[in-house]
Parts: sequence; C-alpha cells; structure tokens
Amino acid sequence: MAVEQPMRTPAAASGDQTRIHNIGYRSYDGPRLGRSYATRSLYSQSLRGSYGLGRSVKSKVLPMLLFVVMCVPAAIMVAVAVATKAKDLPLDYTRYAIVMQAVISLYVASQAPQSVSRDLRFKTVPLYFSRPIETADYVRAKFAALASALFILTAAPLLVLYVGALLAKLDFGDQTKGFAQGLVSVALLSLLFAGLGLVIASVTPRRGFGIAAVIAVLTISYGAVSTLQAIADAQGSTGSIAWMGLFSPVTLIDGLQSAFLGASSTFPGGVGPTNGEGVVYVLVTLGLIAACYGLLMRRYRKVGL
Amino acid sequence: MYDPTVARLTYRALLGRRRALILGALPLLLIAISLVVRALAGADDQTASDLLGGLALATMVPIIGVIAGTGAIGPEIDDGSVVYLLSKPIKRPTIIFTKLIVAIAVTMVFSAVPTLIAGFILNGNGQQIAVAYTVAALVASIAYAAFFLLLGTVSRHAVVFGLVYALVWEALFGSLVPGARTLSVQQWSLAVAHEVAGGDMVTSDVGLTTATVLLVAVTVLATWYAGQKLRSLTLAGEE
Repeated sequence: MAVEQPMRTPAAASGDQTRIHNIGYRSYDGPRLGRSYATRSLYSQSLRGSYGLGRSVKSKVLPMLLFVVMCVPAAIMVAVAVATKAKDLPLDYTRYAIVMQAVISLYVASQAPQSVSRDLRFKTVPLYFSRPIETADYVRAKFAALASALFILTAAPLLVLYVGALLAKLDFGDQTKGFAQGLVSVALLSLLFAGLGLVIASVTPRRGFGIAAVIAVLTISYGAVSTLQAIADAQGSTGSIAWMGLFSPVTLIDGLQSAFLGASSTFPGGVGPTNGEGVVYVLVTLGLIAACYGLLMRRYRKVGL
Repeated sequence: MYDPTVARLTYRALLGRRRALILGALPLLLIAISLVVRALAGADDQTASDLLGGLALATMVPIIGVIAGTGAIGPEIDDGSVVYLLSKPIKRPTIIFTKLIVAIAVTMVFSAVPTLIAGFILNGNGQQIAVAYTVAALVASIAYAAFFLLLGTVSRHAVVFGLVYALVWEALFGSLVPGARTLSVQQWSLAVAHEVAGGDMVTSDVGLTTATVLLVAVTVLATWYAGQKLRSLTLAGEE
C-alpha cells in the first residue's frame, strides 16, 4: 500500500521544502494481550526450556537423564517394598531429596545458567524489556519457572513412592501424612535452590562458569558443613552441630524438616535441631529465598546488562 | 611445543577480571575450615586425613580442575573466538599443550598449595599427611587438567560432564561400587600419595603400578586426542 500521496498544495510548498510522505504503514489494532500474558509466556517457555522441550535434542539429554536418575531409585524401592511385603518404605519421603542431593545440585547447576546466562550473553534481556513486562515480571517468571522445574524433579519420585506404597497396601493415613510432609519440604528446597542458582548464574554471562560456581556453592558448602559437624560430633560438642547446619542449603532443609516435618535428621549423631533452633532454620530459609529474590531484582534493575 | 603468547592469553582468560576471586574463594574456605577445626579439635591425624581426603582431594581438586581445564579452551570455542587463534601459524597440538600447561599450573596453585597449608595448619604435617595429600593433589591436577581439557574440546557441555564425572562417578559410584574406584583419578593419585607417605593414614584401592600407568596413559592420550580434535574442529552455532 505504498502509494505516494499526491502533493496537495504546490503553491504553499514553494517556500517550504520539507514534506511528510504517508507511505501507508498501519498501526496494530488487534487485541493486546498485555503484561500478564507476556509473563506467563516467559514462565512456560523457561519451564519447558528447563527440560529441553522446544530446544535441540542435545539439550534434552541431560535434564531428562537427571530426571530418570531421580526416579529410578524410587521405583526400585517400591518394587522391593512390594516384593518383600514390607510394613514400611525403605526410605522416608522427606529423606529422599537429601539422599539424592548430588543429582538435584547438578540439575540446578546445569539449568540455572541455561535459564538466565544465555539471555545475558546474547543480549536478549533488553528485548524482553522492550515488551510490556517489567523487571519484577522477568525475575518472577524465571524464578517461578526454575522452582517449578525443580519441584517436578523432586516431587515426581515422591509420587512414585506414594503410589507404590498405596499399591503395596501400606497404611493410607501414615503414607499420606509422610507424602504431604515430603511435598512441603521439597517445595521449600526447590524455592531455595532455584533462588541460589539464579542469583549466581545471573552474575556471569558465561554458561560454563555459572555451572561451576553453582555446583561449588552447593557442594562445597555441604562438604564443609558436614565435615565440621562430624568433627564436632566426635568432639562431643553436640550443641554446636545444629547451628553449623545453617551454613549450607542442604543441611538447612534437612534441619528444617527434622524440626517440623517429622523427618529423621541426617546430621551426625542423628541429632536434629530442637524446635527453638528449628524456628531459626525456618527464618533463615525464608530469609534466604527473599534475599535471592531481592538480589535478582537488583541485578535486573538496570536493563542494559 | 610451548607458546608464550597463547599461555599469556589463557592465563588472562582463566584469571582475568573477577574469575581469580572465585577460584581463590575455594582454597581460602579450605584454609578457614582448617583453622576452625584446629581450634575446635586440636591436632589430630585422623581428622586431618578425613578433612584433606574428603574436602580437599575429593571435592576441591576436581572442581578447580574442571574450572581450569574446561575454562582454558571451552569459552573460546563457545563464543567462536578460537578461530582467530587457530588461524595463526601455530600447530594445534602446540596450542593444546600450552593450554594444558597453564591449566595444570592453575589447578596446582589453587588446589595443591592450599592443601599443603591446610595440612600444616591441621596437624603440622604429622605422619607426613600434609605432604602426602599435597602430592596426591599435584598428581591429580595433571590428570584432571588433561582430561577436562579434552572434554572442553569435545563437548559444549564440558563443565557438566566434568562435574558428573567428578561428583557422581568418583564420589557416589566410588562409594557404592568398589569396581568404580579402579577408574578414578582420585584413587590413582592416592596410590602415589600412599607410596610417598608410607603410613596407613593414606590408602588407596589401586596398586602403585596400575595407578601410575593409568595416570600417564590418561594424561598423554587425553592431550593427544584433544590436539587431534582441535585439528578438525567444527564451529557449531549456539543451539
């Protein structure tokens, strides 16, 4: 429709050489889906991306593999429980994520940089912010997507255990209670790990470096804390064990669930935190999640990287 | 076989800007923990051995090895700037060898030196424990750097695979399946450390001969194959 408009008043134009051509561009007058729609799209796209859906085959391999590795032990436990007609599952619902923490850490480490570092490296963040979404929407969408992906990863084996336990005709009330407690604990774990992973990953545009940094924070802190706890246990200073647990994400969740969610602690000596200390655990966990959210908001306040 | 310019660029890529801080944080943490443990528990050979074996050799050395080994070449291949290096009249194996030297040096400085310091803090090198684990860290640095450098040239997800090897294979399978320990850099380096330290504090599941042969074989083969990979490198776009 690039029809040049005829000049209307040649007489008036004689003194003024500037003129505007209307070349027929039209403005968009369809429905505008708005901010919340854009946020939802970003959320679902990030969530799918966390499992490699909608991406190349190569990038599906690792998340899917880790997902399978998470679920297979649960299936084996159920099979054993059914075959031996056991009264109880070999592993508590709440303990499962703690035992499999290496796999969960690897998943966070591989998917958190995938979620945010690539946007930074290819400078697509400014493009997102040229849409109606704002900083808070971007952060919330990414945070929620990674937390949901982690929740799927950690809750799926619990579901396998629960369904298996019911099929094996274990006590319904007991199992449901344990399952619910497990779900609460993995939900908190997902939020915490997702927050930490995203904060670390959003600092570096290099994917490889982000992965190493996330895994270092999660594993080294756990290794350091559990070594110190073992030494404190050997020294007989059991009072300090619970306080040390505050300094690594895994032991934080472990202490929290053994204080309030009826889990047996994996701390050396099997002494979990008392209820009073448990309150501190809850506060620290929630504080850390909030702090991660705050740090992410700060990180993305300036759009130009 | 060694090109100073490539080495300088690799050092800058590994330690430039804030990266040295992250690499330096791990050793500092180890030394801080050693100080705390020494203050809490006093000098104890078993504690020192547990801490150096469990935290320094099993976790810190592999992670620093992954960062240095894959970081020496991975990012360059990733962002495509490796073509500028490859288009220079330098042999590809020379590039790999230089980067390997740098990666080994960085891994040693950031893992073996703090291990030695931590060992002296923990029990003043009683029963040669500090020296033994330092030797293990030095030996392991070479093999890890070569292996992870190879991974860096083979895969775009080198860091993940390196960590899967270090954390899942060596730590998880190694503790569950005894056979997996035969194929673990950590156990090979422990075998060498056992020979150096003598005593019973440092033990390995692998004999010294097997360990040495496997260490040398892995290092040489990985370096050679990385050189071959670099000769026929195809640059893929980001997926």
